[in-house]
Amino acid sequence: MLAYVMKRLSQSLMVILGVTLITFLALHLGGDPTYLFIGEMASEEAIAATRAKLGFDRPLHEQYLSFLGGLVRGDFGNSLTYREPALGVVLGQFPATLELTVFAMLFATVLAVPFGVFAALKRGTTVDGGIMIFAMIGQSMPSFWLGIMLILFVGLGLRWLPISGHVAVIQPFLAGDLATAFKNIPSAVKYLLMPSVTIALFSLSRNARLIRSSMLEVLSQDYVRTARAKGLAVPAVVVRHALRNAWLPVVTMFGLEFGFLLSGVVVVETIFSWPGVGRLVFNAINQRDIPLVQTAVVIFALVFVLLNLVVDLLYARLDPRVRLE
Amino acid sequence: MFKSLLRAKWPLFAFVVLIVVSVTALIGPRVAPKDPNRQNIVTRLQPPMQPDRTGKVTAYLGTDGLGRDVLSRLLYGARVSVIVGFSAVFIGGLIGTSLGVTAGYFGGRLDSIIMRLADIQLAFPFILLAIMFLVVLKPGIWNLILILGVGQWVTYARIARAQTISQREKEYVEAAKALGARTLAVVFRTVLPNILAPLIVIASFNVSSVILSEASLSFLGLGVPPTVPTWGGMLAESRDQLLAGRWWLAVFPGVAIALTVLSFNLIGDWLRDFLDPRLRGIQ
Repeated sequence: MLAYVMKRLSQSLMVILGVTLITFLALHLGGDPTYLFIGEMASEEAIAATRAKLGFDRPLHEQYLSFLGGLVRGDFGNSLTYREPALGVVLGQFPATLELTVFAMLFATVLAVPFGVFAALKRGTTVDGGIMIFAMIGQSMPSFWLGIMLILFVGLGLRWLPISGHVAVIQPFLAGDLATAFKNIPSAVKYLLMPSVTIALFSLSRNARLIRSSMLEVLSQDYVRTARAKGLAVPAVVVRHALRNAWLPVVTMFGLEFGFLLSGVVVVETIFSWPGVGRLVFNAINQRDIPLVQTAVVIFALVFVLLNLVVDLLYARLDPRVRLE
Repeated sequence: MFKSLLRAKWPLFAFVVLIVVSVTALIGPRVAPKDPNRQNIVTRLQPPMQPDRTGKVTAYLGTDGLGRDVLSRLLYGARVSVIVGFSAVFIGGLIGTSLGVTAGYFGGRLDSIIMRLADIQLAFPFILLAIMFLVVLKPGIWNLILILGVGQWVTYARIARAQTISQREKEYVEAAKALGARTLAVVFRTVLPNILAPLIVIASFNVSSVILSEASLSFLGLGVPPTVPTWGGMLAESRDQLLAGRWWLAVFPGVAIALTVLSFNLIGDWLRDFLDPRLRGIQ
């Protein structure tokens, strides 16, 4: 176990180093990065001063090391639009993004199970075909288009759900105000529904298809036949014997899934004016606020890598076969 | 092959859609009724099929907030999606397959370096890195293709490697070696043709995911310069008109993307079943 933990730890560290290196190099790919921080119309002296201040006149490897040193100390540079440390700006918006991602995760994994199982049990029927066509379409739609359609028809047409806005739950929770956090949940869900469905649709569709096909495989196994033969009712066999094995491919994707959903927030938050990191990145892109984009990308990478590490370690603890791979 | 295509309902539908989209990408600019960038304040925000003063319909799918013809922009947009989709997959496939075959055939340290690189890239949602690069680089379709292409290599590398390993000890490879074929010839003329099937299947799914990524990036205003009409960019612009209920600006480009992507997915499914039924379950 210890060897496995060490191996995974060093892998994660390498990934994080890789991401920081790429983020750093990206900045230099388009030529002298000084002009990203100061207008090209500025005077020679001002440009030279900015270059010196940001350290762009030093050799590349030195710059990377000091960039890395900054990251370790929590210094991600200042946002050009907010004129304050970029890390603070990103972390301030993170709770809203987390609420969205967790809720979307719920849709993507929990809802996929009944769809997939049902389709597998009704294999070859219209129900199966219908679910699979929906799943196929769900995998082919750009998520942000679904968001726009939901706003148009469910929000503006039927007026069932609000098209933008956000009620905080995690933020008051973190501030220790539990009463407000719990009181906010019902209204928060109303605002969460459309954006999280939008983010989750692709994963939901893929997972439903995955569960269907692995369910079909499992259902033809001997142990399922044995369970049926010893007289267990179909629901018991499905839930206790088949499903347990059939949803493994989805469970093993849990960490990757979270990262995938997290990367979907950039466009979807923008559409629903959700006050999270995604919309922040979108605005930062439009205003060419490079340090802010950089910070958000590195933070997302960190969250993603750490989460995957935790998930993998948990699996290794639960299923010894994993460690041997 | 075509008999099997004709018998299957959905893949045939997908095939027809793809032909229409490809032809549009090729000749779209010639058949487009109007210049996609010509603005006309007088005729702005016309709903689809609305006759003008003379009673003739000129804007079949309506016009946008600047009076530009939606149909013409849609026809031009097909070009970007198709070019980016195919080129990026071609680049990714080329890099990935070469690296994968090399890693699988020679093994050893080269293999572990290539696969470690693949692990690093897989351990991170690629679209975020694409954003990071594109926000710094000057907008241009080639930058977009290059970055999306490089983003795809891992999938091909892993499959090509696994396939190569399963083939390299086979008799026919031994025979080629015994006949005195040079290593490069063995790798690319003997092994490669025998591992192409799964790679082709992956490529067709991959085109659809690249088109979706391209749409997201265009939606964010990254990649292609704003003067080039793209489906994702049209959706981004449609947001300003949503509250006023100008549905046609959002519906048509979305349908175009979804139909194209759906078709590539359906063709992928069919190809997989056709080329190698054992591959059911990948993707």
